[in-house]
Amino acid sequence: MYRIRFHARGGQGIKTASRILGTAFFLEGYEVQDSPRYGAERRGAPIFAYVRASKKIINERGIINKPDLVIVTDDSLLLLPIAGVLLGVTERTVLLIATDEATELWKKRLNLQGLVLSISTQAAVKGHAGLPLLGAACVGAAAQLVGAISKSALEEAIHDQLQPLGKVIVEESLAAAMTAYDQIEAYAGCTTEREDPSADSYESPNWIDLPFEDAGTSAPYIHAAATTLNVKTGVWRSLRPVIDLQQCNRCALCNSYCPDGVISLDAKGYPQIDYQHCKGCLICLAQCPLHAIDAIPEPGQEGEIS
Amino acid sequence: MIRKLLTGNGAAAWGARLARVDYIPAFPITPQTEIIETIAHWIGEGRMDSRMTTLESEHSMITSAGAAATTGVRTFTATSSQGLLYGMEMIYTVAGWRAPFVLVNVSRALSAPITLEPDHNDVLAARDSGFLQIHCATCQEVLDSVLLAYRLGEDEKVRLPVIVNLDGFYLSFTREPVEIPDDAKVDQFLPPYDPGETRFRAGDPISQGVAVLGGSQYSYFRYETHLASLNALEIFEEASKEFEELFGRSYQPVESYRTEDAEVIFFMMGSFATKAKDAVDRLRSVGRKVGLLRPRLLRPFPAKAIVRALAGKKGIAVIDQNLSLGKGGILHTELCSALYSMADKPVMVSFIGGLGGRDITREEFYEMVAVTMKAIETGEVPTPRLLYGKEELIQMKGLQSIAKVEQRKGRGKR
Repeated sequence: MYRIRFHARGGQGIKTASRILGTAFFLEGYEVQDSPRYGAERRGAPIFAYVRASKKIINERGIINKPDLVIVTDDSLLLLPIAGVLLGVTERTVLLIATDEATELWKKRLNLQGLVLSISTQAAVKGHAGLPLLGAACVGAAAQLVGAISKSALEEAIHDQLQPLGKVIVEESLAAAMTAYDQIEAYAGCTTEREDPSADSYESPNWIDLPFEDAGTSAPYIHAAATTLNVKTGVWRSLRPVIDLQQCNRCALCNSYCPDGVISLDAKGYPQIDYQHCKGCLICLAQCPLHAIDAIPEPGQEGEIS
Repeated sequence: MIRKLLTGNGAAAWGARLARVDYIPAFPITPQTEIIETIAHWIGEGRMDSRMTTLESEHSMITSAGAAATTGVRTFTATSSQGLLYGMEMIYTVAGWRAPFVLVNVSRALSAPITLEPDHNDVLAARDSGFLQIHCATCQEVLDSVLLAYRLGEDEKVRLPVIVNLDGFYLSFTREPVEIPDDAKVDQFLPPYDPGETRFRAGDPISQGVAVLGGSQYSYFRYETHLASLNALEIFEEASKEFEELFGRSYQPVESYRTEDAEVIFFMMGSFATKAKDAVDRLRSVGRKVGLLRPRLLRPFPAKAIVRALAGKKGIAVIDQNLSLGKGGILHTELCSALYSMADKPVMVSFIGGLGGRDITREEFYEMVAVTMKAIETGEVPTPRLLYGKEELIQMKGLQSIAKVEQRKGRGKR
């Protein structure tokens, strides 16, 4: 059985990417299970998705603990322990990262023994919005890496999953996926199905008897106020809203609509964005009646959270 | 017939579409919302000839479903978790009305603390309401169970609403290959609903839900509803037989997997049972005599079939993905009562696992067999075991230590 895990930020299209890969496997005659997993359904929040594919009925379910292939569309997740990108990654796991840094650097930084491959975000095919189509590129690469998916199955899967979004998106995604498929040809089939260990020997789950603890400890309370100040949710952001203060007429709608309360007004009534906590939802951009707010891809300028 | 990848939510929506439901009262809640979104989309495109109404709460939604069903309209609705609990007053009431409709519940653990991922405490809160309950383990089973549920609930020997339960995330958002049966065959299996004498019509008013005092009449009505629920066991088997003839898939009130010569049995409900199947196959390949028994029907409780399947077994690992606080696993309690009168009954070990969607790993299934085997050998049954590892507690302590630091920072030492 192939076990593949995708890691991304909400809004990067990873649920769709995993479904394209799942559909492509299905078209090639595999039994398939694909599923996204998310908590906060918000742009920028770390999410993951997984795909299982096998010639036999799949009875496994849920999180993949020992992946054959891990795909990461946002390299900032690799340094975020809560994203769990490296869970169960061994020397036989292939890691595919969308990054502009050298793979050797990532291998060293993360102390990885297995094969690490990269897709350049700068060189990736861009969509009509000017952003690199990393989800589609990663699917194209993954289809090549498993060595079980033909170009025609990949193409049909992209049509199947993206048709409702219109012809332009289908064409752009096809271009991104096929380019990556070709680029990674040298590694075709290097992700293999793992032999599972025998049920005779296994690592004990190390269960414990949960001790009683009084309610002062065990009730689910967060004691301190304003703890969110310490959590830099700005790292979620993949697109940065930038306000053109020349155009701004200080209507303050952005300040009212910001769901996170990170747009404050200065003494003169001009809006200021707290980029340490702005998650990049772009509701401000949508609301601004003068179109004075633009969105630029992260990473942003030096010295700011990107 | 086509076979395609569908989520559990998509499969539930397909079940409603194929059943040609007339009316869908709706209210959104994660992880169920995709069901009503899918149906709304189909209605909008003219692919489903149904009326959908969005209500202001689950309480009104279930009232509306019950009221519609008593007029003879085929009704479908769906909810989850807190939503099911919010509508709980009407869950009991509409079952008392003997209003047959299908409610899909997408299991999600209950607050507090609040979460999105599944366990079965939500649907088990409706256990004693009069609703029948079908618990699914795969997306295919979700679609098929919606069809079976209408046959079951609408049967004149039953006339009760039915909950079809699927696990949030593990089924609701998970795509698997699902066979979508042909309309014509479904029409053959599921003809339009005819409520006969129980039809409620505005033009010919009757009184429903009358007050009864003194207890005697109340006892009559409640016990009659109980008897109707018990009838569903026989009707389920009849309907399943016909279903199998038409569609080639067999559904028994209790699913048995490799139980014939098994010594140790996993006993559990829901989608995690497929993980148990995987463990059974792997344990079998190294010579362990292990099997799985999964109640598909929880209400009515198929006690006789369970007793039959467990006769001669040495041990049972009962895995409850629920917790009756102050008692323990609900399935364990139900199974104990079913087996109490059995001679040479197997050893029963209680495990609580998968709360709030926590994974149950393959190694944990192996370990549950080892613990049960030990109980068989020694005759000593261990106390109920929460599936919870040392590392999990260490992680919890890490989080709590942050909370304590913040407590000092935030409020000063208390």
